[in-house]
Amino acid sequence: MAELHYELVTPSRLARSGDAFMVVVPGTEGDLGVMAGHMPTMTAVRDGEVAIYSSEHQIETKFHISGGFAEINEKGLIILAEEAKEEN
Amino acid sequence: MPSLKSLKTRVSSIKSISKITRAMQMVASAKLRRAESRLAAARPYAKRMAQVMSLLAARAAGTPNALPLLNGRGKNQTHLLIVTSSDAGLCGGFNANIYRLARERALALEAAGKTVQFYVIGIKNAPVIRNNFSGKTVHATAREETSPVTFENAQKIAQDIIQRFDAGEFDVAHLFFSHYHSVLSQEPTETQIIPAAPGSGNTKAQDAANTNDASSGAIEFEPDEETILSTLLPRSIAVAIYQAMLENATSEQGSRMSAMENSTRNAGEMISKLSIQYNRLRQAVITTELVEIISGAEAL
Repeated sequence: MAELHYELVTPSRLARSGDAFMVVVPGTEGDLGVMAGHMPTMTAVRDGEVAIYSSEHQIETKFHISGGFAEINEKGLIILAEEAKEEN
Repeated sequence: MPSLKSLKTRVSSIKSISKITRAMQMVASAKLRRAESRLAAARPYAKRMAQVMSLLAARAAGTPNALPLLNGRGKNQTHLLIVTSSDAGLCGGFNANIYRLARERALALEAAGKTVQFYVIGIKNAPVIRNNFSGKTVHATAREETSPVTFENAQKIAQDIIQRFDAGEFDVAHLFFSHYHSVLSQEPTETQIIPAAPGSGNTKAQDAANTNDASSGAIEFEPDEETILSTLLPRSIAVAIYQAMLENATSEQGSRMSAMENSTRNAGEMISKLSIQYNRLRQAVITTELVEIISGAEAL
């Protein structure tokens, strides 16, 4: 299964980028599990957690983001957030 | 002819000035490195935001109830010139270059019968604008509003500007800042930030919308295009201002570094010139004294 390329960007830095099995984005209309080959979507993101899955049951890391927006296109997922803080 | 003593004090004062300028140069180069890395870190976000905005803007250009921030209000009578500058001086022609560009623009707009207002970010250009365009400054930021350069600060400024736009204070906003290429070259730049779509309402934008629809296919919007656009627009303005402030901060340090390098070199040149003059004068004094002694001895 192809990996999803994702980027999490804030105004002050590129917080994280890489390839993942799935990224769960807290959209304003509900959480989205984005995997490779997701249809092109633009969504506003509510303040909450972005979870990056390295495999089906394995959460690689979580980010708390606020003031965000996400774009999914054929190249992958881009999350623009005003703030992103890694949780451990 | 200056006296020996006055030459000596001049040399020593130039020496201490050159110490200061050399220190400032080193501080500026350290700050420049930091500013450069911040600028580089901020570029991905700004780039992505610009891409998303242009896509959304092209799609929304055709819709009749488009947002005023994007397409304007169909007027362009009052122009707000947002002029950035530094908070500290001694940075060469940095502030003057930005001001010159803004002034040209303001004079051209006034000649065309438009009303011009100024919004000054950074304290150094505020007095110049107040003197030359008196009563036209709507706001000049205080030091606390712009330093340190953070996204929150940029956002506050953006909110203030958007509020003024919503209150109908102006129709078009131009942003003036210094674009950073390298230490040696910083270019004063102008961009229009409100309305965001430069060719708003014309056929070109609609063409772009059509070609974009054809190429990118169906995109799903959650909640819907307009809600997204209306939340993104203020943010993209904040990003534009943040980016301008960062570019400016970097350019300022670059400009200060080269200005201080020049003045250190000038100080060195002056010191060597004055030392030669001092030595000549000293020799002349000794010669005169000798001549006086010898001729005095001969007279005995």
